[in-house]
Amino acid sequence: MIQIQGVHKSFGDLEVLKGVDLEVDKGEVVSIIGGSGSGKSTLLYCINGIENIQKGKIVVDGVDVHDKATDLNKLRQKIGMVFQQWNSFPHLTVLENVALAPRVVLGKGKKEANELAKHHLRHVGLDDKFDVYPTQMSGGQQQRLAIARTMAMNPTYMLLDEITSALDPELVGEVLDTLRLLRDEGMSMICVTHEMAFAKEVSDKVAFVEEGIIEEIGEAVQVIENPVNEKTKRFLSKVL
Amino acid sequence: MGDYEFHWLIVYQALPQMLNGAFVTLHVAVFSMLLGIAFGVLLALGKMSKYRMPNIIATAWVEIARNTPALFQIYMAYFGLGAFGIHLSPYMAVLCALTFVNSGYLTETFRGGFQAIPRTQYVASWSLGMKKVQSYRYIILPQMFRRVYYPMTNQFIWSILMSSLGILVGMGELSGETQRLQSLSFRTLEFFIVAAIMYYVITKLVLFSADIMSRRLFKGEI
Repeated sequence: MIQIQGVHKSFGDLEVLKGVDLEVDKGEVVSIIGGSGSGKSTLLYCINGIENIQKGKIVVDGVDVHDKATDLNKLRQKIGMVFQQWNSFPHLTVLENVALAPRVVLGKGKKEANELAKHHLRHVGLDDKFDVYPTQMSGGQQQRLAIARTMAMNPTYMLLDEITSALDPELVGEVLDTLRLLRDEGMSMICVTHEMAFAKEVSDKVAFVEEGIIEEIGEAVQVIENPVNEKTKRFLSKVL
Repeated sequence: MGDYEFHWLIVYQALPQMLNGAFVTLHVAVFSMLLGIAFGVLLALGKMSKYRMPNIIATAWVEIARNTPALFQIYMAYFGLGAFGIHLSPYMAVLCALTFVNSGYLTETFRGGFQAIPRTQYVASWSLGMKKVQSYRYIILPQMFRRVYYPMTNQFIWSILMSSLGILVGMGELSGETQRLQSLSFRTLEFFIVAAIMYYVITKLVLFSADIMSRRLFKGEI
């Protein structure tokens, strides 16, 4: 379970998160929607400790993320992250991209790591790309590679940071299909997204964030179809 | 003009000694380069570090190495250290001096290389649970070296040519040997023509092998 309690985060004088509370259960899918600069992505980066926080607390399965004594490397093994710009490692083949972390972080043998990588690459439909370099693939393929790379660490939670925003429209579908697959397998996910239809379809809960505050949170269908909060209504009327 | 008679036989007979000198040249260039790369990486990390001490050391090193003549470095290593009772052999003195200069220049090259790598590459590796050291070892350094590979070969060529300053401390590299041999026969022109050809061949060989290596090492694109 991920518990976010009263989190404040500033970059210098700019306060980006102004007291965020959120709980995500195991197996739950929560989508975070909101305009650019509302603090959605920053919240994700605070959950796996890439960013520090000024106030409040984030606890993942009983471990306080921002406690000095916390072994962040260990914690991050169970919190996978996928990025808007996919961030594949350009100097490694597709197979090596996926096999590297299981090998050096989890200490698996080369053979075992490669088998694991192949399994996850097949899962996202990249069976024929093992020896290709990422830059030779389309954005959608690279994003599926990034998902496979994260899945190979067998995480409990996945943080997805606008993972379809940088894709050409015709490539969005294949990535969303992959996410549906993960959802059906019971993966816990927090998705920052601009895909309202998708958020409504796959999420258990949707949270609307504006200016660093969760203005509304509830059942996905309710928030997107019948928002209560005036700010949510205004935002949705602009994007839908 | 025009009545100079070339005598090549004497150079031919001295060829083994010249080749030996060429070997010393290549030897000192290779090692000063390898050590220079190691120090250069550490200094570049020092320069980018948020801590004061590594910062000061790296900055001072780079400033001195880049803004004083290599001749001065070699004198300092040979005679300067000698004044403090540290007596280096001519080879060691030249090796130290060239390493010092190489790492000074490479620090700035590497720093540029590191800064050209998007921060998202670090973030992606950390979020897979990699420690900082693992992230550098597997993700950042391989990409950095690829970006600076060609500037780095330039530095290597520079080391080969600058090692000729070893002549000043009697190191016995190609220029030193050539100087010694020509003084025995006064066939200065012949000896130095052959030496120049040898330098040319060595640098071409280095560039050629660097090219072959790059094809083996760097298969993906950046």
